[in-house]
Amino acid sequence: MGLVARALEAAGMPTLCLTSAYSITASVNPPRAAFSDLPLGHTVGRPHEPEFQRDLLRRAFRAAEAMDEPGTIAPTGVAWDVNGSWKRRATPTGVETEAAESESGARSDTRNERVDIPQYQYESDRLAAESDT
Amino acid sequence: MGAPLDGSTPVDYIALTRDRYDALGYPPYQWVALPEPPPWTPLSRPLTESTVALIGSGGAYREGQTAFHWKDDTGVRRIPSADPATDIRVTHFAYDLEPAREDPNIVFPVDRLRELVDEGVLGGLASTALGCMGGIYSVRRATEELAPAIVAEVTAMDVDLALLVPV
Repeated sequence: MGLVARALEAAGMPTLCLTSAYSITASVNPPRAAFSDLPLGHTVGRPHEPEFQRDLLRRAFRAAEAMDEPGTIAPTGVAWDVNGSWKRRATPTGVETEAAESESGARSDTRNERVDIPQYQYESDRLAAESDT
Repeated sequence: MGAPLDGSTPVDYIALTRDRYDALGYPPYQWVALPEPPPWTPLSRPLTESTVALIGSGGAYREGQTAFHWKDDTGVRRIPSADPATDIRVTHFAYDLEPAREDPNIVFPVDRLRELVDEGVLGGLASTALGCMGGIYSVRRATEELAPAIVAEVTAMDVDLALLVPV
């Protein structure tokens, strides 16, 4: 998304990137970013916790208004929990269970295979999409 | 970089991915590194008066639309932002989809942004939100296909800020 943010900004559109992957965002270096310390796959917070999600967004927008230096990554102060114990089980795709951690250690590839046909969430989505075309 | 934030150190996903790839015998993943200062367009008005466009790269599409495939799909889906997040589906090869399928707002926060407009935190929300799929391994295709498509969509909208939500 950093590449997209840079392209938008070059086209005259201000941007704000949310992120929970600090090092990746720092590397691609978008104009404005707001970092929350959350597991991958939870960029805006926890499922079904609307106030947690709104709080994160309010903090990110407030931070964006205060930014005046290109390449700023401001912390929102939002974190998953107080001790960050999930980080021990963090993988490049999320957080693995305690059981998976003891079984596979650092050797498994947790990504799905990169197949080139549409991957629907539900079979009904596929039927709905195919009937529309 | 990577200075501790708020007393805790962020997970370094670049190092984590490098270690996994090494352990699996894969060649190293090539992360984009752009140390030169990014382009910058100042905000034109306070956020309370600004219309915001949502762009999420977590693989969001709407029921009825063609889902993303998982091999460098650089397509963009137009999702009506007035529709509830329960109409949104997510698909992506590179993160655990279960939580986002439970509540798409955690990667595509349309419900929350409408609420922030109602609260007065934002001036408005663009009627169309954009879903795409991050994790395009080809930097060339991300630069030459995905980024220009999103720029064309967003600059045609009457908006003041683009909110980008990656995963």
